[in-house]
Amino acid sequence: MAEVKTRQFKSASAKAIRDPQIQRALGAPFAHFTEGRADIIAADFGDESWEAMRDQAAAIKSHTIERLDYYLDLAEKMVRRNGGHVHFADDADHANRIVVEIAKRNNVKTVIKSKSMVSEEMGINDRLESEGMEPVETDLGEYIIQLAKETPFHIIAPAVHKSKEQVSALFEKWIKSTPTDDIEKLCGIARDVLREKFAEADMGISGANFVVAETGTVVLVTNEGNGRMTTSAPRVHVAIAGMEKLLPALEDVALFLRLLPRSATGQRITSYNTFVSGPRAGSDEDGPEEFHLIFVDNGRMRLLKDEVMREALQCIRCGACLNHCPVYRKVGGHAYGWVYSGPIGAVITPVMTDAKEAKDLPYASTLCGACRDVCPVKIDLPRLLLHLRHRSVEGGESERSSTWAERLLMRRWHNAMKTRQALEGSSRLGRLLQRPISRKGYIKKLPAPIVSGWTKSRDFPALADRPFRVRWREDLDQQAGG
Amino acid sequence: MKVLRHLGVDVTFPENQTCCGQIGFNGGYRAEAADIARHFIDVFESEEHVVVPSGSCASMIKVYYPQLFADDPEMQERAMAIGERTHELTDFIVNVLGVTDVGASFRGLVTYHDACHLLRELGISEEPRSLIQNVRGVELQEMAKSDGCCGFGGLFAVKFPEISEAILGDKLENIADSGAQTLVASDCGCLMHMRGALRRSGSSVRPLHIAELLAEGIDDSAPQRR
Repeated sequence: MAEVKTRQFKSASAKAIRDPQIQRALGAPFAHFTEGRADIIAADFGDESWEAMRDQAAAIKSHTIERLDYYLDLAEKMVRRNGGHVHFADDADHANRIVVEIAKRNNVKTVIKSKSMVSEEMGINDRLESEGMEPVETDLGEYIIQLAKETPFHIIAPAVHKSKEQVSALFEKWIKSTPTDDIEKLCGIARDVLREKFAEADMGISGANFVVAETGTVVLVTNEGNGRMTTSAPRVHVAIAGMEKLLPALEDVALFLRLLPRSATGQRITSYNTFVSGPRAGSDEDGPEEFHLIFVDNGRMRLLKDEVMREALQCIRCGACLNHCPVYRKVGGHAYGWVYSGPIGAVITPVMTDAKEAKDLPYASTLCGACRDVCPVKIDLPRLLLHLRHRSVEGGESERSSTWAERLLMRRWHNAMKTRQALEGSSRLGRLLQRPISRKGYIKKLPAPIVSGWTKSRDFPALADRPFRVRWREDLDQQAGG
Repeated sequence: MKVLRHLGVDVTFPENQTCCGQIGFNGGYRAEAADIARHFIDVFESEEHVVVPSGSCASMIKVYYPQLFADDPEMQERAMAIGERTHELTDFIVNVLGVTDVGASFRGLVTYHDACHLLRELGISEEPRSLIQNVRGVELQEMAKSDGCCGFGGLFAVKFPEISEAILGDKLENIADSGAQTLVASDCGCLMHMRGALRRSGSSVRPLHIAELLAEGIDDSAPQRR
């Protein structure tokens, strides 16, 4: 299982902010994604049609999630009819056991993988290695972070934080290549290694961007063609899908294939769209002899059970919310401490892992709303964050993110705002207290915990000597008198 | 006050008012926020229009009160009714009063920051811009990413000061690059945040609430009757 380091959000994010390479990586490549997205939507659809497509996509997803049992059953039936096998895994460990069992039964030595976020949740590579097999990531970005022993920095651009020099150093260390800063040469080096692996692998593991229930089809969206190799070259193909990946019908895929690449990278279409419906059959000249589809729960049922949080299961993992999030664009993907980052990570991680360990995540947002505006399936991410914050406040000591100082501050605020008299009293007290620390209407250093964070780089406005309400009263008295 | 009176509006300031409750709501303190929201509704319910000089407070009332009272149909109805009569200042001037030129005058290059909630919760971006452009002597110079968050986020700014500062840093850079000497916004939170940093860094850019800009150079002794 992937290690959960959500507790370190604060220190990890501060570290990322001080890392020049990470800050560079969070600049230009992301501007490319966000500008590309805006341009292509404007060119192809315009706001109104795009909005209508998002509405339709949200409706399809929410319909499917409300009837998940039905569609899971249907998908299972169809995959079996096509000659494949279907498995259901409760959690990451269960899913790993299923994969290992299939691999052992087929005498597998080398496993090639195309990109799959759910397999990151499982930490499948570690598991296969511990069983004596060699797993190789074949998506270039995933291959790089596999060598670096890291988790994805971004849902669709897992190694975007690595410079070409860093990649060259990794290749030199692990595959003994000659150092180069020529990106094309670096791609060539990886291609040479991966070609060999494609040829020798006994088993391919893929994810699934969509699973079509009515046909039992796994749909893969990639740019490198590695997905097609993974699902067709080896003897055995295992597709792993989060159970929310279902779409009812094949015709629904068209809409999502318009939304996904545009939202993700600003592309009209990715280089490869692969549809897999089971193993080699009849007169097929290629394709795997065995096909397995594993549906993974791993915390998704907990999202489903909460009527508000359920909406997060609509996610198609495009990464647009990360690209547009001012917080992600400063702290990057690793600070969030698990597999998913950015707004969607802050929403699903506390529910899918352990809320007690992930207390900071629901608060790691300014609630600016940019994520909601770009989400292709219209997940109201700020609302879900607010819901989690509420749950954490209500949830008793262990789930609370707030320190005693913050709770005290909120209690003070609550009491002060209950009535006019309380507010005026607090305001008088505040003016008295600020006297020694304010100059020219500003405070340079707030001495109390929590609020002292403000004055590290910002002056704080002191309360006015004559508050508005006093001036208002004087104004009224004057008018009455004059 | 000056601007609204100048436009012939009969303005009152209910002295029992306190806060809209957003701080508590955004922190997850819903019960406390509901308390404050109830007080707000009690105080303002009898008014014809409620004008709020801050986008995020206006969005709290208009967008989030109905969510806050989701389990209390009676309160929710009252919240929705008051929400319909609540307007952020520029929304009120442009869309209720039908005015885009308040008669103000001010010399200089001005840049405008889109406050997140004003823009994305309430959809207001044209209104403040047309008001600014109609101020005599003003040239509106758009900054890059005017719709980018300033990093305030209420409690966020003190809970995660490093992140908040880093986001704010980009904003300040865009403000400086615009060449404008005046920064205008219509949200007290964003303004407090940006003002605090501009002041700390010794910047010569002057932050102004849009109400302050619109009050420049108008003659408050002669209300314009509508």
